[in-house]
Amino acid sequence: MLNRTAENVARATPEPLARKVRGISDKGLAWLFISPTILLLLAINIFPLFWAIYLSFTNYRANRPNEVVKNLGFANYQRILGDKDIWIAMQTTAHFVFWTILLQTLIGFTLAWLIDRKFRGHAFWTTLILVPMMLSPAVVGNFWRFLYEPQIGLFAYAISFVTRIPPTDIQMLSNVSLAPWSIIIVDTWMWTPYVMLICLAGLRSIPEYIYEAAEVDRASNWRQFWSITLPMALPFIMLAVLFRGIENFKMFDMVNLLTGGGPGSTTEVASITLKRQAFESWRTGYSSAFAIILFVAVFGLANIYVKALNKVKQR
Amino acid sequence: MKSSLKLALGLTSAITASTAVSNVAHAEDLTLCWAAWDPANALVELSKDFTKETGIGMKFEFVPWTNYADRFLNELNSHGKLCDLIIGDSQWIGGAAENGHYVKLNDFFDKEKISMDDFVPATVVGYSEWPKNTPNYWALPAMGDVVGWTYRKDWFSKPELQKEFKEKYGWDLGPPTTFDQLKQVAEFFQKREIDGKTVYGASIYTERGSEGITMGAMDVLYSYGFQYENPKKPYEMEGFVNSDKSVKGLEFYKALYDCCTPPGASNSYMGEGVDAFKSGQVAMHMNFAFTWPGLQKDENVGGDKIGYFVNPKGPDGEQFAQLGGQGISVVSYSDKQEAALKYIKWFANKDVQAKWWSLGGYSCLNAVVKDPGFPASQPYAQTFLDSMAIVKDFWAEPSYAPLLQASQKRFHDYVVAGQGSAKDALDGLVKDWTQVFQDDGKM
Repeated sequence: MLNRTAENVARATPEPLARKVRGISDKGLAWLFISPTILLLLAINIFPLFWAIYLSFTNYRANRPNEVVKNLGFANYQRILGDKDIWIAMQTTAHFVFWTILLQTLIGFTLAWLIDRKFRGHAFWTTLILVPMMLSPAVVGNFWRFLYEPQIGLFAYAISFVTRIPPTDIQMLSNVSLAPWSIIIVDTWMWTPYVMLICLAGLRSIPEYIYEAAEVDRASNWRQFWSITLPMALPFIMLAVLFRGIENFKMFDMVNLLTGGGPGSTTEVASITLKRQAFESWRTGYSSAFAIILFVAVFGLANIYVKALNKVKQR
Repeated sequence: MKSSLKLALGLTSAITASTAVSNVAHAEDLTLCWAAWDPANALVELSKDFTKETGIGMKFEFVPWTNYADRFLNELNSHGKLCDLIIGDSQWIGGAAENGHYVKLNDFFDKEKISMDDFVPATVVGYSEWPKNTPNYWALPAMGDVVGWTYRKDWFSKPELQKEFKEKYGWDLGPPTTFDQLKQVAEFFQKREIDGKTVYGASIYTERGSEGITMGAMDVLYSYGFQYENPKKPYEMEGFVNSDKSVKGLEFYKALYDCCTPPGASNSYMGEGVDAFKSGQVAMHMNFAFTWPGLQKDENVGGDKIGYFVNPKGPDGEQFAQLGGQGISVVSYSDKQEAALKYIKWFANKDVQAKWWSLGGYSCLNAVVKDPGFPASQPYAQTFLDSMAIVKDFWAEPSYAPLLQASQKRFHDYVVAGQGSAKDALDGLVKDWTQVFQDDGKM
């Protein structure tokens, strides 16, 4: 049947075109099909990357196109690495990445483990838990900003109900100590379901017969968890950590919507600093150098992590 | 068959003709770019007269304040042709002039006999001139604006509050004339129950993202003796930006933020200020004068319930206010510069300027604001006039953006986040600004 269809198509192809196609090798045909994608990738990914690398060595400013562009060598890189504010932004980013990953992994894995029990209505609960992940970050950011509002926000009232602290004193976005946590809470609320999904896939991939063998050996539930469940789900957990780590290292939208980097610079993560330098101060060369440093940092850390992940998988 | 052919030909001709006519009309349309706010709506209304008079249609591109600078500076930097006319912020003038974004208007003003002497001097310096205080004009003053204050006249006139205030502070509760008085009034109202509702002292600018906290803090610092540079030696900032007087001014702004603002007001600018005042949260409200016509008309807080006062004096009696507002310029990349200049000529006309004021725009033309009937024309007119007489503006250098970002960070870190001291913040600011000017080769 398939052969007959192919023959029909070949017969329907106009002779001049058929002659041309017949003249192309399989390899040539493959290149013909993938070249639009490669060209697109070169135009929107590779060229901007090399262009940014070039700009990072100059004093170029996008708002002064007529100005002479000077080569500064490594001056931009030196200035960034010696800038106290940049290091503070990097520390803020690290703090944010650490706590969001920790909380999302703990809660996500726990939820996945509970859902995996397949209790009555587990499908409904799975769907419900996944809802935050499906919302747009812009919607989530604005929605939580209202929730955190000290005079009318439900979050402040809920905390006040439990702690008896007046709601107007619970200023999640204005208080220097609470503002970083306000972002961590929202990010955890939104992305824990994602970690849960990956962990759930890991738990469901563990063959049932291993547990049955453990039962025969009279291994306790605790022992089964530590010796079977956790080691076998670990590569999946590590994968979730990798995805969330990369995402949160470049976190921008939620911070921008909730605090804008404030109060002061307490929640100014690296991507906010980068945006300010690039599109508010218009230091294009300087911000390109910063972007390259961030790229190398994420790329390097991700590579080390992937190697560790492979080792775990091989065990 | 014949009649069908006739019909078809007739229809085709009609469609062709109408398309041609509409193409001609659209070819003459001008696009004016500005911020999306109340005065922009007034300008749309006003510009209908221009279309009536000249046949030139007007299109408008209004962008919310939060994206206004990003959007239009990108447009100018990329030599875009979207805007034929632009009402650009006062701080853009240096960059726009030096980078060739605006058409220089001197020859046009000479030819059309438009004199800058006919406009309020502060607006000419603030919105039109680059370099400052030289007769090089890049814009026509379009929308005068300045930071001032509104207050709840109805609360201030409550006898029981007046009595209590007098007993506590020893002077009659009324619009403050010094910053010390302002803080006393704000403290008095902070967390007070009025008409069954908890109210707060004052709404001030604390916004971090664009220019909010700089506009607010500078509004106070000027009257405390802050200076941008040594008047005798340009760009020398040490001892001027971070003088003892400036430090006291910044400490005052932080004290005002800490004691007397509504909960959660850590990122408040024009919109949030208006919301706080309109919702009856605050007794006093710092904001640009453009918000006043809208507040005056408000059913809940406007009319007899609202009063206006000029930015108060500092401890040494100095009194200044932060300039806002913009001039209108012709974009040098526009293909319709002739029509755009026609609009500027029309806009400079006295009758048009008078109508501009009546619609809610703030005219900068002397003939309008010095008219004997002007102070009584609106409840806020006199406050606007008095405020415009004491204005100062932020740097208008081509590098205004990094200069502004530096002050936003330093002020917010200290005032809102409470990091370091006022002296640290201003010392840091001198360092940042020096770096910017060094990068520009000006130091």
